[in-house]
Amino acid sequence: MKSILRLNRRTYNEQKALLGFFYVLPWLLGFIFFFLIPLLSSLRYSLSSVQANSDGLIVHFSGFKNYLEALTVNTEFNRSLADSILNMIINVPLIVIFSLFLAVLLNQKFIGRSLARSIFFLPVILASGVILNLESTSLIQAVNEQNAGAGAIHGMGTFQLESLMLDAGLSEWVVDYLSNAVSRIYDIVSQSGVQILIFLAGIQTISPQLYEASKMEGATGYEAFWKITFPMVSPLILVNVIYTIIDSFSNNKMTDLIRETGFTQFNFGLSSAMAWLYFAAVTLILVISSFLISRKVFYYD
Amino acid sequence: MFATRLLSLERWKKWIWSLVRLTLLAGLSFVILYPILQKISTAIKDKGDLYSPIVIWLPEHYTLDNFIKAIDIMDYWQALLNTFTLSTLTTLLTAISCALAGYGFARLKFKGRSVLFAGVILTILVPPITILIPVYLNLKDFSLLGLVPLLTGKTVNLLNTYWPFILTSATANSLKAGLYIFIFRQFFRGIPKEVEEAAYIDGAGVGKTFYRIMLPNAIPSIVTVLLFSFVWQWNDSFFTTTYLTSSKVMATQLGSLPYNLAIMLEDGANSKADPFYLSMVQDTGILLAILPLIIIYLFVQRYFVESIERTGIVG
Repeated sequence: MKSILRLNRRTYNEQKALLGFFYVLPWLLGFIFFFLIPLLSSLRYSLSSVQANSDGLIVHFSGFKNYLEALTVNTEFNRSLADSILNMIINVPLIVIFSLFLAVLLNQKFIGRSLARSIFFLPVILASGVILNLESTSLIQAVNEQNAGAGAIHGMGTFQLESLMLDAGLSEWVVDYLSNAVSRIYDIVSQSGVQILIFLAGIQTISPQLYEASKMEGATGYEAFWKITFPMVSPLILVNVIYTIIDSFSNNKMTDLIRETGFTQFNFGLSSAMAWLYFAAVTLILVISSFLISRKVFYYD
Repeated sequence: MFATRLLSLERWKKWIWSLVRLTLLAGLSFVILYPILQKISTAIKDKGDLYSPIVIWLPEHYTLDNFIKAIDIMDYWQALLNTFTLSTLTTLLTAISCALAGYGFARLKFKGRSVLFAGVILTILVPPITILIPVYLNLKDFSLLGLVPLLTGKTVNLLNTYWPFILTSATANSLKAGLYIFIFRQFFRGIPKEVEEAAYIDGAGVGKTFYRIMLPNAIPSIVTVLLFSFVWQWNDSFFTTTYLTSSKVMATQLGSLPYNLAIMLEDGANSKADPFYLSMVQDTGILLAILPLIIIYLFVQRYFVESIERTGIVG
């Protein structure tokens, strides 16, 4: 009797496993056809010289020639890659810190909070794809900024603050970084919508008892932030750093270059090699940054 | 005496903090809203107002001329309809396939589950540009392992149709689909097992449990995925400009707007048309393209903010 029962249960589990496989099947098919095979053939192209003509593709294995060409011959590749990586290194900390700060602000109770929240998530909708590209070329915006004198006044303000900070003995590098951040505030705000959402969600899962207890003990809001909020959301800092890195790498100069090489010059081999080098760089950065951050992350449970 | 002074000090601190917060939030909100306000102000301006030194924000002559031009050049209503159809289609398919995959990964144990889930993570990490060319070539001569040529005699070209989007979204491999699978998986894992077991004991199968018990519980994550996928598909220029080069959708129309405008106003791209005027109509076009999203956002922003807090991405 018992063995029959056990047999039944096992078949039930087996049935469930089979069903589970069916649930994942659509994704698996797509994964194979639209991801794995393209990924492998992209790798193959990157190691070959590819010629497209009316009959189709002619692929000749040519070793690391394309990689060498991308790294040593192509005039733009190294520069764009360095540019993208540098931009990323500058932007990611700013975006993460800024979005954490805003999430804390938006979590406090005040009048018009829902309005403020909906304004701050607006960039999630607006700042993507073609709109952003066109916006950067908008002539009217540039001219109007000049006309309104915004540029001049803005520059002045930063300048004064800069000299103030330099006098206070901060290193020049830090001052430059900060004043740069101020002048690129729109970029930063517009890229941090999703990150604010994630942080906000994380902050709201922290139990209010912790804050209550700390208040009883006489902690100020500032201390409560560093001793409670910060450690509790630290896993999300990791998540957000990774998200920001991936996001910043999905559309920049580098991808434009790869696209152009592939689709207007029809040099598929070189384009694939560039794409793989790029992928390797992204992976390296992701591994390093997640290794560095995950050592500091605090897990509550 | 001392206590009241302390009280007032506390109160002062509170007031100052509110003031600082108000200033910060108002300033940053302005930074975010500035481009939109700018565009609205530009769009209702008359051509002559561009050079008027006294006009900065409020135009002297209101006109809808820019809108009429932009609508005309972009073939706006057609593009709107196309984009709406495309986004709705991919959004629905993506949500369904990602929910299925997410449930499979979260609750149904089968061999190789963790290996396959590593595959999901891989799709998130690999930049789409890496696989763009092979996918493009594959879609250009679509054969599905030689199955299609067997039936029709030759490969089909799927470019400039909606099929690339339908196929990738039905198989949960469209734009950022890995992220959606991750969201669903996290959420399904957060639903207590007891709920599911109760359904099994009452005699429901896996399919029925998923459909009747798990999905209604997962509404916050469904809303999140629907919203993100709709918005990102709407704004996407990466895949749209690759797969759909001649179809009229918002992204391609917007991208070619300056050029088309120059052609219409005068003869060809190197015409002597006023660049400011071109920019003006282009701004109107951008405004028109994001207007539907803003209208939708006004209605759903409440869910947008609330739902992500309960999706368990944070868990």
